[in-house]
Amino acid sequence: MAELHGESPLAARTETLADSSVPGALQLSEVAFTAQVALRVDPKSPAAERIGTAVGTMLPNQPGQVARTEQLQILWMGPDEWLLVGPEGSAERIQATLTEALGEEHGSVVDVSGNRTIVEVTGPKSRELLAKGCALDLHRRSFASDQCAQTLLARAGVVLLCRDTERPSFWIFVRASFARYLADWLADAAAEYRV
Amino acid sequence: MMLIPCPWCGPRNETEFHYGGQADVSYPAEPQQLSDADWARFLFYRANPKGIFTERWNHQAGCRRWFTIRRDTTTNEIFQDDSHEAVTR
Repeated sequence: MAELHGESPLAARTETLADSSVPGALQLSEVAFTAQVALRVDPKSPAAERIGTAVGTMLPNQPGQVARTEQLQILWMGPDEWLLVGPEGSAERIQATLTEALGEEHGSVVDVSGNRTIVEVTGPKSRELLAKGCALDLHRRSFASDQCAQTLLARAGVVLLCRDTERPSFWIFVRASFARYLADWLADAAAEYRV
Repeated sequence: MMLIPCPWCGPRNETEFHYGGQADVSYPAEPQQLSDADWARFLFYRANPKGIFTERWNHQAGCRRWFTIRRDTTTNEIFQDDSHEAVTR
């Protein structure tokens, strides 16, 4: 019987991304196997407050806002919906914390770690690169650090997360089935920066 | 390309949205009482005005929420709430 092994959605594009990186201008890589948990709960309910206390920060209530704790990033996905992103292997722990804090109240906690993988784009050219396929204004004035947006990048649905404004750093959350397409698109878009 | 103001995410490109048709079409209170003609009227008949039209949109590639806007079907100007000032065009 064939031996089973797990690999991330972009394992087949590790080299493509590395080859597309331009030292000093652009770094592309996959951030694989992060824990991702989708949370839905009424933001005005006591449960939302209990969850805030349990994870150590209030759930962000502004569109595109991101809250951070030492371990977690909490992305605003909708008026009653959040995505919690943590380090590899922490999904069960996050889920348990949220489920306990939610208690009997109406809401949902789902492990969606397998849904999306992450492409990290860093470097001074990263804004320019993303702007080639994204209609949003990515200028630091309107898309600063700890902001996120769900939008289309090269026609693929993504969640963009700005991690740092000073030294531009973005995470692109993309569905596993779109990941290789997006990696290829990024590689093509980054080609011009190679001298 | 229309710029549609999502009440949550702000103005976004039309390509991020899904059209939901005429707004405020309510489900009949007693559907079993309806004649076939009335049922068909509820299901299939929609206004098609030249001018301002109240319609539903879904921000499919964004926050995935439904919302209602008023759009001028001749100019694609979009109005929110009861304001007469166009938000985007």
